Parts: sequence; C-alpha cells; structure tokens
Amino acid sequence: MPLSLPLRSEKRTSRVRNAFVKGWWDRLPLLPALVVVLCVTQLPFVITLYYSLQRWNLVSTSAPRFVWFRNFLNAFSDTVFLKAVLNTAIMTGSIVIASVIVGGLLAAGLNREFPGRTIARTLAITPFFIMPVAAALFWKTGIYDPTFGILGWMTDEVGMGRVNWISQYPKLTIILLATWQWSAFALLIQLSGMQSFPTEVAEAASVDGAGRFYTFRRLMLPHLRPFIELTALLTAMYVLENFAAIAILTNGGPAYSTTNLSYYVYLEAFSAFDLGRASAFGMIALAFAIALTVPMLRVVSGIFKQGGRA
Amino acid sequence: MLKINWRTAIAGSRASTLALSVAIGLYGAHAARSEEVTLTVALAANPQMQTAAKLVDSFYAKYPDIKVKFQTLPENQLRPTVLKDVATNSGQFDVVMIGAYEVPLWAEKGWITNLTQQYVTKDKQWHADDLIKPIRNLVSYKGDMYATPFYGSSSFMFYRKDLFKKAGLAMPEQPTWNQIAEFAAKLDNKSTNTSGICLRGIPGWGQSLAPLTTVINTFGGRWFDEKWQPQLSSPKTKEAINFYVNLLKTHGQPDAAKDGWQECLQLFTQGKTAMWYDDTVFAGPVLDQASPEVKNNVGFALAPIKEKAGSGWLWAWGLSIPKTSKHQDAAWKLISWLTSEEYIKLAGEKAGWGTVPPGSRESTYKLPEYQKATSDYADLTLKSISAADPLKPTIDPVPYTGVQYVTIPEFEQIGDFTSQQLAGAISGQMSADEAIAASEKKIKEIMTDAGYLK
Repeated sequence: MPLSLPLRSEKRTSRVRNAFVKGWWDRLPLLPALVVVLCVTQLPFVITLYYSLQRWNLVSTSAPRFVWFRNFLNAFSDTVFLKAVLNTAIMTGSIVIASVIVGGLLAAGLNREFPGRTIARTLAITPFFIMPVAAALFWKTGIYDPTFGILGWMTDEVGMGRVNWISQYPKLTIILLATWQWSAFALLIQLSGMQSFPTEVAEAASVDGAGRFYTFRRLMLPHLRPFIELTALLTAMYVLENFAAIAILTNGGPAYSTTNLSYYVYLEAFSAFDLGRASAFGMIALAFAIALTVPMLRVVSGIFKQGGRA
Repeated sequence: MLKINWRTAIAGSRASTLALSVAIGLYGAHAARSEEVTLTVALAANPQMQTAAKLVDSFYAKYPDIKVKFQTLPENQLRPTVLKDVATNSGQFDVVMIGAYEVPLWAEKGWITNLTQQYVTKDKQWHADDLIKPIRNLVSYKGDMYATPFYGSSSFMFYRKDLFKKAGLAMPEQPTWNQIAEFAAKLDNKSTNTSGICLRGIPGWGQSLAPLTTVINTFGGRWFDEKWQPQLSSPKTKEAINFYVNLLKTHGQPDAAKDGWQECLQLFTQGKTAMWYDDTVFAGPVLDQASPEVKNNVGFALAPIKEKAGSGWLWAWGLSIPKTSKHQDAAWKLISWLTSEEYIKLAGEKAGWGTVPPGSRESTYKLPEYQKATSDYADLTLKSISAADPLKPTIDPVPYTGVQYVTIPEFEQIGDFTSQQLAGAISGQMSADEAIAASEKKIKEIMTDAGYLK
C-alpha cells in the first residue's frame, strides 16, 4: 500500500499533466489563426497607441517627438473635435432609431402572405447590397440635387420651390441616406424574428379574444425584443464609422456640421497628415465605441444563450 | 546597373546555404542576364495618365530592358499613399506623380531627386527650354527642377454664347469680376433652372479654396503678410471673400456648398448654368460631354480680374523620382519620355489630339494638329498659364509662393478649416464675416503652433 500510493498520485499528476498537454495540443491548430488575429488587430492597436503619444506630422519640418498625452488633452479643447463627437452621437442615434422603425414596419408588411411577396422582399433588401459610395453618388445627384434630383423636382411641383437639401439640412441628408441603406438590414433581422413567432400563440390569443394590436403589443413585441436589440447594436456598430456618405455628399461640411469622428480622424490623418493627433482621435473614438457597444453586447448576449431570454 | 550588381552579389553570397536563397539566386542571375529593371510608378487615375499607361508599349520598344508597373490610384488616395512611401523611406515607388504643391515642399525635405543637377542639364534630347516658363517654375525649388511637368493648367471662364446673345450681352476676352457679377444677375433664370454662374463651394483646400484664392489675389488681398500674420480679415481679402460668397448665394448654382468641379462640370455640360469659372483642363471634357445644344455654344474667356491682371491659377502634375528609388537612371528615362515632345505627338496620334497632356510644352501649341483640334481654347489656355506667376501671386508682397494655395506644409490644414467655414457661409449657416473670423482665429493657432508666429 505505502508503495502504491505515491505511484497512484504520480499517475494522477501525470494524468493531469496529460490532460493539460492534451488540451493545448488540441488547441494547437488554432494557434496560427490566433497569431494572425493578434498581428492584424492587436499589433496595429499598440502601434496606434504609440503614435498617439507623439507629435508627428508627416509634412512638417520638425522630427517626431514624444509628447505624452498632449494630443488627447488638445482633443478636448478642439471645438471641431467636440462638434464631431456631438455629430456622431446625433447621426448614429437617429440612423439607428430610424432604421429599426422603418425596417420593423417593412418587416411587418412582408411578414404576411400576398402575391409577389418574394419580389417585394428582394427589392426591400436591395439597398443593403449597393456599394455605399455608389449609393451616395446616386443620392447626391439623383435625389438631393435641386437641379437634377427627384426631391428638387418634387418640391418644385408642390410649390415649395427647389430646396437646397444638402446645404440647408446636411445632417438630415446623411441620416436619410444611411437609414435607407440600413433599414434593409434591420428588415432582414426583424423579419426573421417575426417569422420565428409561433403561429399557435397568435391563434390562441385570437381565440381568447385579443385584438391584433393587443397581440402585437403584448406578444409580438416582447418576442421581437432581442431581435430589435441585436439590430440596434449591429447597426450602431456599422453606422458609427459612416464614411462614404459623408465623403461623397458633403466632405464633412458645411462648417463641419456633418463631420463625424471617423471622418475627422480621416481629415487629420490624410489631409493634415498629423499622424499623432489622428491616432489620438482614433483612440478616443475607439473608447467611445467600446463604451457604447460593451453594455449593448451584454444586453444582447442573452440572445446567443440557448433558448434566449423570452 | 548598380541595383543589378547588388542583387547578384546577394545571390552569390547566399546561394550555397539555403534552398530559398537558391531561388533568389536564380532570380538574381536571371535579372543579371537580361539586365531587366522594373519600375513601379504611382499615378493619378485621370484620363491623360491612363492614356500614358496604354502607350507604354512604345516605351518598351525604345528601352527593352525596362519594365514598368503602373499603380493607378484616385487623386485623393494617391497623395497619402505616396507621402507615406517617401516620408517613411519605404522605397516602394521609383516614379511618383505629385502635384505642384508638393514639389517644393518635398524637395526641401530632400525626399525627391534634384533633376536639374542629375539629368536635365546632361540630357539635351529632353528640351527643357521648351517647357512653359511658369509651369517650369512651379515644379522647381530654388531654381532647380524636381519634377518633370506632365501637364499644366490654369483657370479660365467657360460661358454659353447662345445665352449671352439672347440676353444681349457680350463676354470680353478679359472680363472683370464686376462684369461677371452683372452678367450672372442677368443670366440667372429661375424658370429654366439655369443659374448665372457655377463656382466650387464644397470644402477642401483643393476644391473651393482654389477659385476663391484667385479672387482674393486679384482683389488685392493675400493670405499672409510678410511676417506670416494671417490677412483674411484685411479689408481687401474680406471684400473678396464676401464677393465670392454673395455671388454664389445670389446667382450661383443652388445647393452650392455641396458642389465641386465634378458637379459644376455636370451642370455646365447639361446647360444648367450660364458661366463656370474653373480649370482650363476641363475645356476638352466640356466639349466632349456637353449636350448637343450646349456643345456648339461654349465660349471661353480669361480668368476675371479686378486689380491684378493675370489672375488665373497655376497647377501642374509632375513626375518625380523619390530619393529612395534604386533605379534612378531608368526612372529618368521613363519620366523624360512621358514628358517629351515625342510622347505628346504619339498621344495625339494614338489617343486623339484633344486628350494630349496640355500646358507643359510651348511646342505642343505649335503642332498644327493640336491647334486644329483645340482651336477654341488652346490660345487662351497658353495665355492664362503664361500670365500666372507662382513666384509673385499677389499685389502686396507675401512670404510664400503658389497662386491658388500657399506653399507651406500647414496649408492643407488651414485650407481645410477655412473652406469648411466658407461652405458654412455659402450654405447660410453663418455670415461670411463670421466664417472669416473663425478661420483667422484657427489659422493663428496653427501658425503659432508651427512656429511661424511668436
């Protein structure tokens, strides 16, 4: 017995070690992927962090030098930067809300049987598959332009005259364009949510004498909640870095009224060539994005758990 | 040659050690045998450069040992890509296409090769004296050329002869801005949706600030005084900016704060504006793209003036060799060929005379075929370019060069901010004076930060 004890414990430790080795051995094939992911995501992040602590303008005559957090401090006394933060909040918020509502209404319409439904569904999701730059160019000349655009012609027909959409309502034009693109995406997710709503429940409700609005409000909406949250999260993540529409429609103007954070980072990096400031702004933008998405991810993560929350 | 020896040497030293090196060795040996050099060229995606990429076979016929790899990029991507390459010494490109604004700045930093010292004086085949003088000055730094001008341009006025005739107006060859404002008021026609004039309003230092700065110059204003004090709020500059904004707001195209040259080109060719003040290089495209009733009625006039004559701007796209290029001699062969009289003739014959790179050589304007194809605007283009003086752009003395821009690295930042405020004024969000005050404050900050102001 005394002899066998150490043996057994040795056996156990070796088994533990074996399990440990086996665990890593099993994960080994993932290593190359991990290395690639680290190289393309974390390495640039660290480099950006390093740049953001430098005063480094590519075109200036002075050499790069280390300035600690001056770029970050300067950001908050830069009126354009603050304006860009506000613009980002306004535009992202409006686009997300509008996309969820428009997409939800379209989904509700497409969730019933009618002839030509497949065609209607395809048409409704098309905007999502158009290249953002092409869409923006089309909207600029084909829709908003007071001379050539549909809106110019329409307002003229109803006696409003030709409205200078982009000059007078720059933010609205960006919001409308992005909503048009993203409500198709919102439609896709919410439609799948509606289709997963069990018909028996709806039937039972109607047998119990519930009206259509009551059924929607009390049964459909709670069922849809996680889908709406997911839509809002994904849309917010993409719209936060809205770029094409701004670059094509307004160049961020007039007077920076449509410059969002990503466009301002672009201006600093590729127009002013101030890599230090641009990196610092990028880091701040990232912090905002994380602050926004982490709580939302936590809310949404319930969806991914088995059975959901509903 | 240098590069080839280097490559063979490397190949030789490593060939016995690793299989990989054998491969390199084979490559090196191959390169040494055929003495082949590959040049990587960064180009802007404009029609003239695309023609060049198509005609490169003629270059191969002349220099069989040089291969050329073109990297065509949109203008706004070309600048950052090339800048990153030269500023970080990565040496990816052997030839880069850069704008007139960059040439002196990059020359000062020592990023590009001094062509006058290295090649121009030795290469008698490439007639440097034939280059149009202001364009040559534009791509030079301290008297030496650092780029070969691929094409040059100035600005002038496009107008509709038929609309002028109908309104009983006549456009002089040299109009004044006061006349233009009067014409615009008379030609502005709300019932046909035709605006009096089209001017750039979209933010960007290369967009709306280009025409505006020529207006400032001819009104007797300037960006900076000799001590680098910003002068936007000085009476004459202020007057010029107010004039530009008011002209656009009252008789310009609607929604002007969103329009750059692309939109103005469209408005003019579709007959939706009676006048357009922009780059001479658009004369060809206007005649190509115009709708039938516009096409036969396009007139041209010199850039409008007020106090200073010769108020057109001056721009050139140049071909430079980064210092980091290891094929300097081959690169010179390419850029001298692309900017030679021989190439201009070839492009005319193969791709059409209307599309040859204009504004670089005097001799282009003496070619009978070119004269015939561009009779409407060739004279005025040459006159506009020759009248512009990048070394003395304003009436009052200034510490900078450049006509429609200020050749300092900080100008992009200054220009972007100012043009944003200008668009704010054009769209009616603020008054022109407010835009000027906001811009001047920012310019002071930038100039103090950069050490120009104490």
